[in-house]
Amino acid sequence: MTRPVGVRSEPLLEVEDLAVVFHGSRGDVEAVSEVSFSVRPGEHVALVGESGSGKSVTALAVMGLLPPRSTTVRGSIRYDGDELLDLDARSRRDLRGAEMAMIFQDPMTSLNPVVPIGVQIGEVLQRHKGLRKTEAREVSGDLLGRVGISDGKRRLKEYPHQLSGGMRQRVLIAIALACEPRLLIADEPTTALDVTIQAQILELLRELVSGTGTALVMITHDLGVVAGLCDEVHVMYSGRVVESAPRRSLFGEPRHPYTGGLLGSIPRLDSARGEPLTPIPGSPNDALPWTHSCAFAPRCGNRVDKCTVQTPALRGSEHASRPGDEQALRCFNPLDTREAS
Amino acid sequence: MSIAAPTEPSGAGQPTPVADVAGESLLRGAWRRLRRSPLAIAGAAIVLVFVVVALAAPLLAPYEPASTQWAGLVTPQSVPGPAPDHLLGLDSFGSDMLTQLIYGARQSLIVGVVSTVLGLSVGATLGLAAGGFGGKVDTIVMRLVDVLLSIPSLLLAVSVAAVIGQSQLSVMIAIGVAQVPVFARLLRGSMMLQSKSDYVLAADALGIRRRRIVMGHVLPNSMGPTIVQATLALATAIIEVAALSFLGLGDGDPAVAEWGRMLVAAQERFGNDPRLAVYPGVCIAITALGFTLFGEALREALDPRQRR
Amino acid sequence: MLRFALRRLALLVPVLFGLSVLLFVWIRVLPGDPARALLGERATPAGIKQIRELYGFDKPLLEQYWAYLGQLVRLDFGNSIRDGRPVTETFFEQFPATVELALFAILFAVVLGIPLGYAAARRRGEAVDGVVITGSLLGVVVPVFFLAILLKLVFAIQLDWFPTSSRQDPRIDATHITNFYVLDGLLTREFDASWDALVHLVLPAVALGTIPLAIIVRITRASVSEVLNEDYVRTADAKGLHPPVVRRRHVLRNAMLPVLTTIGLQVGLLLSGAVLTETVFSFNGIGSYLFDAISQRDYPVLQGYILFIALIYSLVNLAVDLGYGLFDPRVRVS
Repeated sequence: MTRPVGVRSEPLLEVEDLAVVFHGSRGDVEAVSEVSFSVRPGEHVALVGESGSGKSVTALAVMGLLPPRSTTVRGSIRYDGDELLDLDARSRRDLRGAEMAMIFQDPMTSLNPVVPIGVQIGEVLQRHKGLRKTEAREVSGDLLGRVGISDGKRRLKEYPHQLSGGMRQRVLIAIALACEPRLLIADEPTTALDVTIQAQILELLRELVSGTGTALVMITHDLGVVAGLCDEVHVMYSGRVVESAPRRSLFGEPRHPYTGGLLGSIPRLDSARGEPLTPIPGSPNDALPWTHSCAFAPRCGNRVDKCTVQTPALRGSEHASRPGDEQALRCFNPLDTREAS
Repeated sequence: MSIAAPTEPSGAGQPTPVADVAGESLLRGAWRRLRRSPLAIAGAAIVLVFVVVALAAPLLAPYEPASTQWAGLVTPQSVPGPAPDHLLGLDSFGSDMLTQLIYGARQSLIVGVVSTVLGLSVGATLGLAAGGFGGKVDTIVMRLVDVLLSIPSLLLAVSVAAVIGQSQLSVMIAIGVAQVPVFARLLRGSMMLQSKSDYVLAADALGIRRRRIVMGHVLPNSMGPTIVQATLALATAIIEVAALSFLGLGDGDPAVAEWGRMLVAAQERFGNDPRLAVYPGVCIAITALGFTLFGEALREALDPRQRR
Repeated sequence: MLRFALRRLALLVPVLFGLSVLLFVWIRVLPGDPARALLGERATPAGIKQIRELYGFDKPLLEQYWAYLGQLVRLDFGNSIRDGRPVTETFFEQFPATVELALFAILFAVVLGIPLGYAAARRRGEAVDGVVITGSLLGVVVPVFFLAILLKLVFAIQLDWFPTSSRQDPRIDATHITNFYVLDGLLTREFDASWDALVHLVLPAVALGTIPLAIIVRITRASVSEVLNEDYVRTADAKGLHPPVVRRRHVLRNAMLPVLTTIGLQVGLLLSGAVLTETVFSFNGIGSYLFDAISQRDYPVLQGYILFIALIYSLVNLAVDLGYGLFDPRVRVS
């Protein structure tokens, strides 16, 4: 993987102690709490977890897409040094699409069905780069070519229902990267696609992002995706980060039992025939509250008494592999490390 | 024609499986949601009051219907207003207003229910036949429905009533005819949708006879939307009964109290005694409102795709 | 697209055919002697004989139907029993009045209805929404003739803000070219005539347009609510677009589709409502003339007017169906 990474560059995005509370008719729900991570320019970071882990909500908070009246966001989100949570709606709108962009999970429903795709790409350019309609059309045609849609100029007039799922996702990628944002957040971009297309789209993403030096936050539940793409991984469970580590460390020596479980449940080519898969017992619904216990405890094979009465704190540690890499763990009884650090 | 937004995009009118995924019976879930909705309760309350008043009219009304014994008290300039023995005053013919309103409710209920039942039976039969047999039958039925729908429903009812003559029966038939297309389309759609559904295919594969499939599976699942539509149709019917009377097509017998006719009579007296029009008009509106509220709440309650 | 249009037009033919058959049968289903019924009270033996010859009641049924079809094609519906005037002539004479009324009614409904529905959808669950829901429910169930009577009572009789009846103050000597009174005044530069006609239109238009208004509010509210939750609106927000752009291009353009569908139905409501509203306000249009025809069983007028109305209604619905393709590209590829 060749791409420029600032060795000691200032972080582009710094999330610190982020908390998101949803106010519903049945009370408040804290979907995300104590989440911290950072992304350097050009870096590829992964947020991993099952549904309900809070990874998407975190992304939406960074982008400023959470409904203001029913959510409260606490903590700090700094982009390029500026505190996003202090900005007004208009300023955040100025950043969206131009500096930071996001692509979502389901390409079938993420495009406006009654507007031609050329307009849907062009409008971002008109909004942030001030291009006129004809200029925007030119650039849009080129963008389609860059995401692998041939005959881009002609296809600008087409409507989303005339395109396949994979093509629609390419259009959405084109839209996201149109104004050359420095940060791209991809929320499960391939989950809704056919398996064969998944690989294509991921490869496209990697190419584009590396070529332009765009920082990437990849949100996924699929560790396979992470392995091929990301440098730094943050594993989330029930709204909190439970382990952060560079890719190699995470895959080589997972420390949190949940991470270990995730890795262990992946079917492997080199496993013996007839060997049963090892899923993590229970489901995300069997979580305890974080307030006085470890949420993962009910499903944890490494559980000790402390886990059900005290909240494990997130502890950082410097792994000597590369200065500046984050490593953190939230666990009272982590997995044994097989290598001495 | 249902005046209550039949084409709302909530997907209403789609047949729903009897048991939903979470395991709670659809009916029980619907009942629970109904109980919680204030609008449903309000609607149900109005409907209940209406039905009780209509059925118990002889017991509730203070006087005999259409007895004009106080006609002498009515002058060209004024009609006596509320008084101790006439709670709502008299009407322009000298009858007790309250009595007339109560018996008017009875009339509206009878005509409304009969015409809706008529429309439902004929419409449902046609619809089921069209959806079930398909092909030529379907085409013929649908053309007929289209013809009926090409005239706005009130005018359709008017044409029928004008031809048959002036009687209660003619009004019932007229409004019933106007209701046929809606039910026909509903049941046809339901039938066609369910013919393709997995459980019908499964039943078919098991060798269960067509007729049994229809009676035992399709009909029960179409119940929900049909009842909803019937409730809303009843609201429309009540208004159309009044409209037909207003147009002079209703039951000609002056002894029968009817809200629409009371409005006609009230028109001339309007300047001096507006309440003669207001009372029956408000009755029509509130009754129709009750059925509409209830029908809409029912529709939402039966919809398994609740976001709550 | 053209093929789609032609196909839909072709579907209209059997419907109109069926309708003509129905109306043919209709008049002959009258209890008693059709000729006598047609003449009503003025039936004299000579008159009955005349009508019989005119309508051909004594000829074989098929011949009658053929003659009838011929009449239909020539738009000849005979003459009114009451005033003897040709039905077709009176219809087209009164047509502009009703169209003018209907136009203003639908304008009232759309101009008020869509913003209200949108506002309610955006502030779902809040006080505004509650008011809008309640109001629109009431608007749907109020019988149009009752509303007309009420409006007349309050605003025309008691408050004297508006005239109680007719299309124009008889004291104003206006020249009529098109018979669309408001337009005529503008064309002939008699602006006071235009204004007067407009003032006379207010109450009837409001009465007639209230039910369509309520329906439009409800559909808009439901539709906008649904669209606001769609993923593509989230995409639009993620692009950082200005709110007016999101609203116009992404929310409304999708949310208005169901509203469009019902416009055809609204026309039906307007036509039938006009019969009642015009009568209350003594507004000289198709509606009030038809009302009198109904009360007095003027069958030639009834038959002709209802057929014309059915034709207009069908054409409008056809236009809406075809126009829908303009707005929703998914429908175009058939």
